[in-house]
Amino acid sequence: MFFEELLADDGRVEPRDEMPDAYRRLLVRQIAQHAHSEIIGMQPEGNWISRAPSLRRKAILMAKVQDEAGHGLYLYAAAETLGVDREDLLDQLHTGRQKYSSIFNYPTLTWADVGAIGWLVDGAAIVNQVPLCRCSYGPYGRAMVRVCKEESFHQRQGFEILHTLSHGTPAQQAMAQDAVDRYWWPALMMFGPPDADSPHSAQSMAWGIKRFSNDELRQRFIDMTVPQSEALGLSLPDPDLRWNEERGHYDSGAIDFTELTEVVSGRGPCNAQRMAHRVKAHEDGAWVREAASAYAAKQAAREGAA
Amino acid sequence: MRDWPLWEVFVRSRRGLSHVHVGSLHAPDAELALRNARDVYTRRQEGVSLWVVPSAEIVASEPGQSDAFFDPAADKIYRHPTFYDIPEGVEHL
Ligand SMILES: [Fe+2]
Ligand SMILES: [Fe+2]
Repeated sequence: MFFEELLADDGRVEPRDEMPDAYRRLLVRQIAQHAHSEIIGMQPEGNWISRAPSLRRKAILMAKVQDEAGHGLYLYAAAETLGVDREDLLDQLHTGRQKYSSIFNYPTLTWADVGAIGWLVDGAAIVNQVPLCRCSYGPYGRAMVRVCKEESFHQRQGFEILHTLSHGTPAQQAMAQDAVDRYWWPALMMFGPPDADSPHSAQSMAWGIKRFSNDELRQRFIDMTVPQSEALGLSLPDPDLRWNEERGHYDSGAIDFTELTEVVSGRGPCNAQRMAHRVKAHEDGAWVREAASAYAAKQAAREGAA
Repeated sequence: MRDWPLWEVFVRSRRGLSHVHVGSLHAPDAELALRNARDVYTRRQEGVSLWVVPSAEIVASEPGQSDAFFDPAADKIYRHPTFYDIPEGVEHL
């Protein structure tokens, strides 16, 4: 069959190609949830736009949050090439039938959290997204190429925020450390459950959607991040974190995955708040969509009459 | 939004290069499609020119029949310069 040959050859599947229903369903779910994560991800940082400590930081943060909206749009467009409708995907998000990354259910309590999100959350997202650029589904891979190009600024601006704070007053340094302490473990959970408990991974790998396992990507992120934390002069809240000469990797402590399960099933600190805000933003924007449609219809009618 | 048509977006990154497909978006009319395309696909000066084309207007070849469709070109290797033997030492040819 064409599809199998294509995958065996490391080729790319394009929208009009024949593909198994299960492949299509898995992709729709993954791309939609990825898109939802981008747009829900605007909220924790959006919370600090009006209180950014300088005009420079404010302009940067607005550009960053605007990029996340753009990422959501690239991804909804990629999902639509599989024959689904954006309105339906949003509907599934708003009614809780599709999820988004659990990391965005944590609150941003201080300005330093904006730094920790850029550094750790965007950092983890980059590690997840770079291999997706080679995903077997063409439109998803191409969307990821655009997203990855934009992400590196996100991570750097976060690192810079934390670097400034950690070299500031003792109070600023404490604020930076507190943010890192709160975001470290949730960032590690962004890679998903351990490989042994990740039932869909094997199929996703076989189809060339996923290229590396959850644990491999998590290890890659830890190895990259520990030296960066040293450059920041901030510690990571894991007493078991140490370099393992033999493995050539950092060893780390066990992750409490019951927390991930709790947050994913809706019992995180901000789940209800995030969803209420999303639904309200969508409803408040209805008049804009209606006005645009009415204007287009009026113009079309005029052209018809002329 | 459900009845807004889908538009394919093409960006010319600089003068002298062709427009390249970058993605798609929904918009009620051509003008909004163009404005939205600018905001979604050229936030970093990725282009000097934008095209939006209604997806419904694009006529595409069938991927499943691409072998047969493109077959007429397959056996005409004499269309490539490497097909021809040139004597040793002949230059600028
Ligand atoms: Fe993003
Ligand atoms: Fe980002």
